[in-house]
Amino acid sequence: MLEIGPIFRSLMRNKTGALLIAIQIAITMTIVVNAVFIVYERSQKMQRESGIDEANSFYLSSSGFGSNFNAKVTITEDLAALRQLPGVIDAVQINAIPISGGGWSMGLKTQAGVEYDGVGVAVYMVDEHGVNALDLDVIAGENFTATDVRWREPAQSDWPNDVIITKAMAEALFPDEHYSKTVGKTVYINDTEPMVIKGIVDKLQAPWVGWSRVENAMLSPEHLNNDATRYFVRTEAGQRDAVMQQVETFLAERHTGRIIRGLNTIEETRARSYRGDSAMIKILTTVMIVLTVVTALGIVGLASFSVNSRRKQIGTRRALGASKGAVLRYFMMENFIITTVGVLVGAALTIGLNIVLVEQFDLTPITWYYIPVGMLILWLVGQLAVFGPASRAAGIPPAIATRTV
Amino acid sequence: MFIYYLRLAVKSIKRNPVLSGLMVAAIALGIGSSMTTITVNYLMSANPIPEKSHALYYVQVDSWDPHNAFNEDDIPNQLTWTEATNLMAANRALRQAAMSRTGGIMEPDNKDVKPFEVSARLTFRDFFAMFEVPFLYGNPWSARADEKREQVVVLTKRINEQVFGGVNSVGESIRLFGRQFRVVGVLDDWQPMPKFYDVNNGAFEESEEVFIPFMLKEELALPSWGNTNCWKAPEGDGFEAQLRSECIGFQMWVELPTLEDKAAYLDFLHSYVSEQKTLGRFPRPMQNRLSDVMTWMEDQEVVADDAQIMLWLSLMFLFVCLLNTIGLLLAKFSGKASEIGLRRAVGASKGDVFLQHLVETALIGLVGGLLGLSLALVGLEGIKSLYGEYIQALAVLDLTMVLVGLVLALVSSVAAGLYPTWRACNIAPASQLKSQ
Repeated sequence: MLEIGPIFRSLMRNKTGALLIAIQIAITMTIVVNAVFIVYERSQKMQRESGIDEANSFYLSSSGFGSNFNAKVTITEDLAALRQLPGVIDAVQINAIPISGGGWSMGLKTQAGVEYDGVGVAVYMVDEHGVNALDLDVIAGENFTATDVRWREPAQSDWPNDVIITKAMAEALFPDEHYSKTVGKTVYINDTEPMVIKGIVDKLQAPWVGWSRVENAMLSPEHLNNDATRYFVRTEAGQRDAVMQQVETFLAERHTGRIIRGLNTIEETRARSYRGDSAMIKILTTVMIVLTVVTALGIVGLASFSVNSRRKQIGTRRALGASKGAVLRYFMMENFIITTVGVLVGAALTIGLNIVLVEQFDLTPITWYYIPVGMLILWLVGQLAVFGPASRAAGIPPAIATRTV
Repeated sequence: MFIYYLRLAVKSIKRNPVLSGLMVAAIALGIGSSMTTITVNYLMSANPIPEKSHALYYVQVDSWDPHNAFNEDDIPNQLTWTEATNLMAANRALRQAAMSRTGGIMEPDNKDVKPFEVSARLTFRDFFAMFEVPFLYGNPWSARADEKREQVVVLTKRINEQVFGGVNSVGESIRLFGRQFRVVGVLDDWQPMPKFYDVNNGAFEESEEVFIPFMLKEELALPSWGNTNCWKAPEGDGFEAQLRSECIGFQMWVELPTLEDKAAYLDFLHSYVSEQKTLGRFPRPMQNRLSDVMTWMEDQEVVADDAQIMLWLSLMFLFVCLLNTIGLLLAKFSGKASEIGLRRAVGASKGDVFLQHLVETALIGLVGGLLGLSLALVGLEGIKSLYGEYIQALAVLDLTMVLVGLVLALVSSVAAGLYPTWRACNIAPASQLKSQ
């Protein structure tokens, strides 16, 4: 510790190199800490569960054409046939697929009238098999029955009498009440049209993974009378791929006046919906690693240079009785001082960059402990990088002091 | 002299392979990462129609809910059917086209080609002239076709190849949405990037596969394949009620060559909205807007946030790499102190020494830049594989970007070399010669 004085004075005599390293460390820390924070947030976002049986579910579209295509008959028969297929747990017609990116949203209100604020909600139109096909648990109230389900004609704008909502939606609508107490209450859709809450399900995400209220969803008991429709199928564990192969030809052969397309698993859909996030994670991780290596190499380069140009002084110190350990300690301590300056400036810059990111791109403010952890890591990187050159310095023989060059 | 300095530089680089290698690597990494992100941002923010982007305007009026603004303080990003058709009928611009997206099944007469689904753009004939869409065969449909709701279609090159084997199909008949359509034109390759005329369903998506007259939306009750937003439920049931509701799902572009034309069109919008207000519509304060192409791209935030964040981070990365280079150059040049002293002593001026070392740094920068560009190619491949098909067209290094990369490498390495070089040529010759 007593050596800090001489080290500091010698640093002040050759400021530029040290300053360059300090700035490098500061900026490296700024980038790395902010990047780690973004990576953490994105991976948290990707880990959220959709509420459905993702591993064993898939969906497909059926588009009928030609004048002899009867949507109602085809849909009814398709569903009955799909539910009979071996390996299928349940199948349902649905208007939108969770976490797929495309869907239908509405607002629900607890009081009727245009002047009241509504709570945004994703709408899934399903029949009484919806809960089972989507692998939901009815945690309060009850599921739809077959008699609740109606046909929605094209461009029909009114709504059925019953609705099932997610727990998150119940809590958003009635923040002061326990979700189980909301069963039987009336909510209003389209400002004034009443729907009675028939049941509450545990969890079901909306189609839009970037939506801040992604867990607000409702089930509306309806079949859609539409030539183009979507089926969602849940299979027994491990049966998905086998069932998918069958279903495509099975449905195509059941009716020739239609096209079966868009056969996708939920796993693929998840990968596609979160592709931007997963790409960002990979890119930022690469940047962090490369950047840290570049900075470390910079430290190695400059430390090597400073060792080389001080060979004679080092030899002299050794000849005057300094131990190898003392020489090693000198260079380690020198780096520690430089890094300390770097991480202190870095802490300020990190916060600065975070403020810019929050204001420009709506990121969340950084959690405070990322900063000390970042400082610690860069101290460590610095010490590791300088260890090589420092031990080479320690290996300089005292005899070198006696030579002229 | 330059050749001599170049030879000296090569010699000096060879003498210190590790240090020189580190410098080249640092510049290459910095240039590689920043060129990757600059390219993506550059292509995302590219002007899709540079010749006339200033004369094309996106039309917005505020037909939204009296109680809530459309989005924070902003006005709706699309028009209702009522506005789209009324503004088209008024015909107040040089060219104008309302539009929206739909789709359905196409059944070729040729039974070897299976029926398939196509996306379609409903629009007016001016669309093609306004956006300078190239035709391979035929022409846009007539004004009469717009008015009389004729079942005519313009195919893209790809669909024409798929259905007609690429021959001139003008005049042929094709079954679309269960109706017979007559082909009037086939487009040549056309893919504006970004797809500026409708950024609602992804600004970098492909253009639609067929184009048909706008009014067929009503005639054939075609579904909407784009975003539709409503603040008020339709009054009554059925397709007509939905179409005439306050729901927005239509875009409109007008061509106004001069600023006077633009002012006149704004006046027209003002009087149109005032008239609608007397009919009990447009309950919000009057707010109409005409945005030219690039303003509209900015307003719609076409460049993804993530791309911008990466751009800034990679520029900081480049800065770190340059600091690294400065440090390494300092080390390198001070190792050459005695050589410089000798050159100075035998008559080289400060300027000579300065120039000599600048050539050396520029050489390092150039090598680093070339290496960086190949790293950028690798980086862009990486981005393609990470983001999938939607980014394909955004991850291409064009000639401009290659030049930008090289200039960036040269400028930044020379800038990095200035201070070390200045230090090097300020070495007093005497002090270096003494110990020898």
